[in-house]
Amino acid sequence: MNAARPHGAFSRIAALARKESKQIWRDPSSAVIVLFLPLFLLFLFGYGISLDAASVRIGIVIEEREPDAESLANAYLTAPDFAARIYESQALAEVALQANRLRGFLVIPSDFSQRLRARGSGPAQIYIITDGSQPNTAEIVANYSQGVLGAWTTQFARDQGLSAEPALTIEPRFWFNEDLRTRYNLVPGSIALVMTIIGTLLTALVMAREWERGTLEAVFATPVTSLELLASKLIPYFLLALATMAACVLAAVFLFGVPFRGSFLAILALTAAFLAPALGQGLLISSAAKNQFVASQLALFSGFLPAMLLSGFMFEIDSMPAPIQAITTIVPARYFVSGLQTVFLAGDVWSVLLPAIAKMLGLGAVMLFFAWRLTPKRIA
Amino acid sequence: MWARILSLITKELLALLRDPRGRMVLIAPPLIQLFVFTFAATLEVRNVDIAIVNLDQGRWGRELVSRIDAAPTFDEVISLASIGEIAPAIDSRRVLAAIEIPQDFSREIEAGRPARAQIILDGRRANASQILFGYVNRIVGAVGAEARPRPLLTEGIVRHWFNPNLIYRWFMVPALVAIISMLTGIVVTTLSVARERELGTFDQLLVSPLTPLEIMIGKIAPGFLIGAAQGTLFIGLAVFVFAIPLSGSLPLLYVAMVFFLAAVLGVGLFISSISSTQQQAIIGAFAFIAPAIMLSGFGAPIENMPGWLQVFTLINPLRHFLVVVHGVFLKDMPALEILANTYPLVIIAAVTLPAAAWMFRARTQ
Repeated sequence: MNAARPHGAFSRIAALARKESKQIWRDPSSAVIVLFLPLFLLFLFGYGISLDAASVRIGIVIEEREPDAESLANAYLTAPDFAARIYESQALAEVALQANRLRGFLVIPSDFSQRLRARGSGPAQIYIITDGSQPNTAEIVANYSQGVLGAWTTQFARDQGLSAEPALTIEPRFWFNEDLRTRYNLVPGSIALVMTIIGTLLTALVMAREWERGTLEAVFATPVTSLELLASKLIPYFLLALATMAACVLAAVFLFGVPFRGSFLAILALTAAFLAPALGQGLLISSAAKNQFVASQLALFSGFLPAMLLSGFMFEIDSMPAPIQAITTIVPARYFVSGLQTVFLAGDVWSVLLPAIAKMLGLGAVMLFFAWRLTPKRIA
Repeated sequence: MWARILSLITKELLALLRDPRGRMVLIAPPLIQLFVFTFAATLEVRNVDIAIVNLDQGRWGRELVSRIDAAPTFDEVISLASIGEIAPAIDSRRVLAAIEIPQDFSREIEAGRPARAQIILDGRRANASQILFGYVNRIVGAVGAEARPRPLLTEGIVRHWFNPNLIYRWFMVPALVAIISMLTGIVVTTLSVARERELGTFDQLLVSPLTPLEIMIGKIAPGFLIGAAQGTLFIGLAVFVFAIPLSGSLPLLYVAMVFFLAAVLGVGLFISSISSTQQQAIIGAFAFIAPAIMLSGFGAPIENMPGWLQVFTLINPLRHFLVVVHGVFLKDMPALEILANTYPLVIIAAVTLPAAAWMFRARTQ
């Protein structure tokens, strides 16, 4: 009897897992979930999110018709980062800014060329007005505008026979992503997001559905323990998620041209480790919610949104206030994002990957433990 | 007819709110998210660690190091002895960047030749690296101006309108008003029909005296009421807790919100009608929510997207509503401009609601 127990447990898990897999497979939406949705999302992230600003719409208001002012305006009109056009008056540019047709505008005042030519009257000033309601773009408009002004001024000084070379310069070199393609960072990051959706959202609904339909009571009448029940729910979704991951990695490399410098082993270990907390969180939610509406809301708010906003994918974690940084340490996607970015762009840097894997497994153990505690083998 | 619709709406609201967990989930998580995300979202780069290899014995190398040391951006400035130590520090994400000051740095400056330093940045965090490089470049420029002072010929004076200090919260909170009311509204609506179908109670509704149109209105109303209530709560918090200026017309904001929710809930009901299980409905809702957020201008500006995708964003209700929310909150947008951004919402609603009604009818017969 005792010798037969482990065998019994395994065959029960296998039978239940088979039942769960069939249920997933029979549902026509499963293909959508495993392949279509992840690739669709990856596609959106790959093309939809680009922080490489190009053709920012700005306006130029020239208050004097002098050659210097015209020459500066021309520098803005031909700058590759701007789609600039001349506005007849500042009032017109202001209206366009308010109506979102412009991200900013420049004013070259009527004393510009006079101050530029007359030494000792201080620098010739121009005004750079931005739409601060979009802080990110406002910053870019200000920086680009200063850059164009700086380049134009250097050229002007050179033409005047003044020395223009700066005393010292600092040259940037961006490792792992020399041309600074944001897609290289965003695609691995969005894989983490997609896997959160697959891992957490789907499993969140599984147990909740059984509670809602009352089918768990039938399972309670069998010799299956709650641990076996959870294992049987996890295994099919684990395999499903691995398939999704494979599709995502292939798409990242062959569709988006993201370099893959790490090893197969590293990414497999990372993914498997991430799925522990992701699936665990889903099961925890569904055991706690017992209702698919509540479960889906909880999965959205505790899974998807933190993975997007608290994982370092969109915002730098180091820059967040300390209490929020503390919250990010329990967001599994945080470790997955940094791990994936490393495996894709830098290679197998185990000093990053091993701690990430360990933390994800730790979080997974905690979540699975609570999921197990919340799945009583009895009818309340 | 109205009495029937009203009782159906009451029943739907009760189904949602009777469960204490259901009530809690509509209030607590959105509030927590509002506070957490608002403070999490910052574009500044602060508290990062940086490494410096200073091979220069002279004055200017020391000067640059002490300026970097004093900058508030950096948490820890780590001094490395050799260039070989840079790679491990960057690879392991110990530092975001490493500055290399060459041996002849001061000598070149004293000789009047341009001196060059190098900064190595972690391209895995491309955005933060770029911002950090901007900061360092400014410090280097200041040291350079001291090393070789020369009169400034031109100066660009920057003024950020509508948000002078570029407080990111002012952008984030109004955007969350739109996004979170959309999230709740759509999940409530998407699950409404799918749940009844899954539990088999939908047939009971169909044999009741309610017409399909009445059922449809009854199914949309709770999402609308809850979405609008959440939107109102968040507008209140934005103004009274986050002290974000509400400069424009509140009534016009509500006009736009009505059409926004109508457009979004039309999509929700459509998804609900074609799904036979709640799981399918949730996946469907997700397939709408994710692109709606990504292609709205919230995460990245629309003008950065490829042209064909920019055209596609025109059918995204969130894109238009975000313009209105930001316009009304921060920009004191004129009524005409608000209406110009509301009419696409009217058109989208005029497509999604009849499409949902058609699909609903087709699936209930």
